[in-house]
Amino acid sequence: MKTRWLHRLSCAVAILLSFAPLAPARAALTIEIIGTGATQLPIAVVPFRAEERIAQPVTPVIAADLARSGLFRMIDSGGLSPLPHEPQDLNFSVWRARGADAVVIGSISQLPDGRYDVRFRLMDVARQVQLTGFAYAASADQLRLTAHRIADVIYEALTGAKGVFSTRIAYIVKKGKRFELQVADADGYGAQTVRWSDEPILSPSWSPDGTRLAYVSLERKKPVVYVQSLTTGQYQAVANYWGSNSAPAWSPDGRRLAVVLSKDGGSQIYFIGTDGKGEPRRMTFSSAIDTEPNFSPDGELLLFTSDRGGSPQIYGMPVAGGEARRLTFEGTYNVTPRFNPDGKSFTYIQRNGGRFNVAVQDMTTRQVQVLTDGVIDESPSFAPNGRTILYATEVRGRGVLSAVSSDGRVKQRLTEEAGDVREPAWGPFPK
Amino acid sequence: MGSLPQVIIYARNHAMKRLLTGTIILVLLTLGGCATAPSEQAGAAVEDRGKPAGPPAAAVKPAPDTGAKPLVDKPLGAAALKDPGNILSRRSVYFDFDSNLVKDEFRPLVTAHARYLQQNPGAKIRIEGNGDERGSREYNIALGQRRSEAVKQMMQLLGARASQIESVSFGEEKPRATGHDEASWAENRRADIVYLGE
Repeated sequence: MKTRWLHRLSCAVAILLSFAPLAPARAALTIEIIGTGATQLPIAVVPFRAEERIAQPVTPVIAADLARSGLFRMIDSGGLSPLPHEPQDLNFSVWRARGADAVVIGSISQLPDGRYDVRFRLMDVARQVQLTGFAYAASADQLRLTAHRIADVIYEALTGAKGVFSTRIAYIVKKGKRFELQVADADGYGAQTVRWSDEPILSPSWSPDGTRLAYVSLERKKPVVYVQSLTTGQYQAVANYWGSNSAPAWSPDGRRLAVVLSKDGGSQIYFIGTDGKGEPRRMTFSSAIDTEPNFSPDGELLLFTSDRGGSPQIYGMPVAGGEARRLTFEGTYNVTPRFNPDGKSFTYIQRNGGRFNVAVQDMTTRQVQVLTDGVIDESPSFAPNGRTILYATEVRGRGVLSAVSSDGRVKQRLTEEAGDVREPAWGPFPK
Repeated sequence: MGSLPQVIIYARNHAMKRLLTGTIILVLLTLGGCATAPSEQAGAAVEDRGKPAGPPAAAVKPAPDTGAKPLVDKPLGAAALKDPGNILSRRSVYFDFDSNLVKDEFRPLVTAHARYLQQNPGAKIRIEGNGDERGSREYNIALGQRRSEAVKQMMQLLGARASQIESVSFGEEKPRATGHDEASWAENRRADIVYLGE
């Protein structure tokens, strides 16, 4: 178990380190939390032993991650001397008195090779037992990721769902006339510009293994689909046909992209290889607009937006071939479908009067829940654990990113000082 | 050769293509009128802001016969493209809300460019479709594409070759007007004609 985590950690770190040659963006996204979960689990995160001696404290990051989810209430550990770091130090009655159901303790020490040994234990106050605990070996620049990893383990142990604190997000920032495709940690920290242009960039889409991004750039005076490696920074045009090329979406096996091409007239959905080689295979044959394809997690169904019925609505079509079936019926404008990673529902944008809001529809019952109440909400995408939806909205005329829990109760807002942020896409779990 | 027979030939090709793709009626209208706007497919609910789904009511509007004049003028040179006194210097076709119909007032402009392309087979253009900021960015790319293709189809009916015209779309990404009101939105519901190498 431990080795698996360490392996995954080192893989994720390798991905992060690969950004090193790219200039880090100065401004990180700042997060503001609005609303809380239906029930909040009271938890204390005690500062780790020797943590004050290192440049990157770990427990504040863990606590901020847990608090941001809206599912935890942080219990203060102030006024205790000495602070507990090992199970035998814990006086459970103290924590019971403070109202904590769980306590996180741990330590950091430097290893002979210069790295840090970071270890933590999650303790159940009522039962007075350890729920989980791990040790990590991390270099100084891996400490923040290690903190996210620990928050993921705690989140999973206490909620049953995998944590997404160590995942990343991609989005576009418009600064004056400059468009930047950025990738940041899920908490908005460590933003890196992976591509910039004086022409618009839009529709970033993560490869299922999180190592590549597909996106649309207008730098050739028309929409062209690119795929860029996040490990090497290299990019190539993969759909640059006569007319417009847009709306890339990865198949779950990572082998192909669904894209929208106008090469044969109109906007229709095609499959292409991720290297852009070979003939595009046409998937829709309508005289209407068919766009915004999105694969189901099992790769068998393709959702897309079409106005074949007179207004833009969401349709589902078997990838193996067969009739497209209309899925949305409420209202006259339903666009941008994105599957829940569990495959049981999808999120999309529904127009209500003059407002555009994030909604979720159940695949089986077709029940619809509208989750947001902004004026212009756009580009929703699920977190890989299906618990949160990231989307773009506008506050005082400026684009900002927001996230809403899939039950609509917890909202977070991520703002960037320097510009307009839009087109967010939540990346997958690190492989 | 006058333009009339050519228009009909193009229209027939157009009709056959449309028949194959299953949209018939609007093209028959095109055949009948020669200079009727090249209509888009049925259900072309462009912009689609607030209107319920309905028939493509406004897709075809009878128009005065402006497109079928014989082409007897002497060929125009590239200088005409930038001559402010020449209609060829006008490059923007504006669209109504919820529409991709090329309006009567833009017929002379589209006709002039089609004639120029016909007379200058080496000339190539890009038609850049645009839309207003409301709604999905990708859907707006498709709406802008529909507008640029409407202009392209009209030019083809008037004698320009398909290979001379690339229809593309910027969607809502490159707004000329940046306001958030109807005046700005109207300015951005537009297709621009750009000559390559200009």
